[in-house]
Amino acid sequence: MNNILSIKNLRVRFRTKSPFQAMLQKIDDPFIDAVRKVSLDIKQGETFTLVGESGSGKSTLALATAGLLTAKEGQIKFMNEDVTNMTPSQIMAYRKKISFIWQNSIGSLSPRMSVGSLITEGYKIHNLKDRDLKMEADRLLKLVGLPTNIKERYAHELSGGQARRVGVARAIALDPKLIIADEPTAGLDVSVQGEILNLLNKLRDDLGVSLFVITHNLNIVRHISDRTAVMYLGRFVEQGQTDDIFAKPRHPYTLALLSANLTPYQKTSLENRIELTGEVPSLMDRPNGCEFHTRCPFSSKHCDNEFPPIHTFNNHQILTCHYPLN
Amino acid sequence: MSDNILKIRDLSVNYQTDRGKLKALRNIDLDISRGSIVGVVGESGCGKSTLITSIIRQLDANADIPNGSIEFEKQDLLKLSLDKMRNISGTQLSIVFQDPMSTLNPVLSIGRQMIDIQYRDKTSKKIKKQRSIDMLNKVGIPDPQSQLKQYPHELSGGMQQRVSIAMALQAGPSLLIADEPTTALDATLEVQILKLLKELQVEMGCSILFVSHHLGVIAELCDHVIVMYAGEIVEQGSTYEIFNNPAHPYTVKLLECDPASISKKQRLLPSIPGEIPDLTNLSGGCIFKNRCDQSIDRCDKQTPKWNEFSNNHYVSCHLIES
Repeated sequence: MNNILSIKNLRVRFRTKSPFQAMLQKIDDPFIDAVRKVSLDIKQGETFTLVGESGSGKSTLALATAGLLTAKEGQIKFMNEDVTNMTPSQIMAYRKKISFIWQNSIGSLSPRMSVGSLITEGYKIHNLKDRDLKMEADRLLKLVGLPTNIKERYAHELSGGQARRVGVARAIALDPKLIIADEPTAGLDVSVQGEILNLLNKLRDDLGVSLFVITHNLNIVRHISDRTAVMYLGRFVEQGQTDDIFAKPRHPYTLALLSANLTPYQKTSLENRIELTGEVPSLMDRPNGCEFHTRCPFSSKHCDNEFPPIHTFNNHQILTCHYPLN
Repeated sequence: MSDNILKIRDLSVNYQTDRGKLKALRNIDLDISRGSIVGVVGESGCGKSTLITSIIRQLDANADIPNGSIEFEKQDLLKLSLDKMRNISGTQLSIVFQDPMSTLNPVLSIGRQMIDIQYRDKTSKKIKKQRSIDMLNKVGIPDPQSQLKQYPHELSGGMQQRVSIAMALQAGPSLLIADEPTTALDATLEVQILKLLKELQVEMGCSILFVSHHLGVIAELCDHVIVMYAGEIVEQGSTYEIFNNPAHPYTVKLLECDPASISKKQRLLPSIPGEIPDLTNLSGGCIFKNRCDQSIDRCDKQTPKWNEFSNNHYVSCHLIES
């Protein structure tokens, strides 16, 4: 299958000090890298998930992909078009093909607009005058499994699960090729969580869109995703087929994440569960060598000084570590 | 015989709303024995937070308690004067909230806040400071002496939560209420905080009432689990019993829905169809009847009684009656 999205060596940074402050305090590099040298491919009709702790750059990567943040270095190619060098009018056209489901489902809906106008807002923004907005609203609501009389309601009158469905309806309105879902189940109860994930999966199968899901809930990743990448301090430490990563994590951080995944049931068959100590280092003060060595239980002197090499297993499981686990 | 530190009997809480009286809690009975960790699980809107806020007497102004008692250390908290309540909360009863950043005062240093909360003690500042340092040491904060000068925003989320745990335990409370203390944290930090709570609980000999909707966390930490649904307790028992031998249809469904419980990869995830009943307009009978697929005629008419399903494992369901 074709790659719908392909990112190469992406770097996104944020300024921490204004140029004047930096000059006064003699700081040469008043930036932090939220995303550093990230490469990924998403194929058509695939679910790609990104896991990692907060502050690891997951959302920054998603925003940059949608063209909402500018990249410092690297290339984002979407259906063979270079996104990083687009003119504003091209960006506008690009945004039709890519859509976002936001983490805060109620907060992302305008409190002053009814559900009906919220989900058809995209047609107005992109000047699609030939559509009958009322019919479109009914069609979309049906697709996401909401009653059509919900059109009259406002955001505060919706439950968490309903607001999430409205978010999904908004995302599919313009027939996008890729949907980026930032924590699509955050704040939902397990009973509702399943419904939303089933809906996303169904839409993926029916409409043929690709999904780029960001989450830190490993339990859902296992069920919904085809490929997974693990992010730590703005870098991918491991990526590959989801089944392989769960069966055989090779980066110590991935193993730690899986070990930390508490379940009330029989412990999964991870032979060497590990627990991390210490805190996540600050992006302002990245560790030397392997950036994970401060918390890694397997680290040696080697890891302190030298940046780890890239290993590839079975042609697809890519990781950066001096001592990959077997 | 059994030494219960907290004994809630027949507690109901109503909220006065535009739509009428919302019965948020109905006839709750709950015991916490000394030195145990009790977990409360349930979906949002099931009354977990109302339960906690009624224990610490911080209910909103539109709430009223028509009946019930909350006996803590042999005195009914609901009958205490606010002055007396103030003396109990923070010394014998303390709480750790969900979001550490909003619990700590952003404009005061950690040290200042930790000394301030010891205002009841008439000892010198030096001793209070030393006490704070010891406490920070206990919760695993490196170099506590210099951390006292830091402000909350200078600490990471995990560190902030450690500080709020230190503050909650400083006075040596006999009951610690933890309201989803790890929800704001990442998985790897969550494990660290849970381990810390468990160690401190043993060391300080307090009881913990732990509220969460994360089933895995509850299973990891608690001895005893209480399952709540729409303002009622539907099942309670030991952690092992609840997770391995659930009896109430709601608990069974809740556990089935948890993607962690499904060991084989599957695209279609289970969910519980239907919605939580409207608490302003309850029709009587079993609270779960409209979402339960095994409901019988009796569920419509009669409120189920508590039945002992197995040793110390109680279920409120008609189907369990022997």
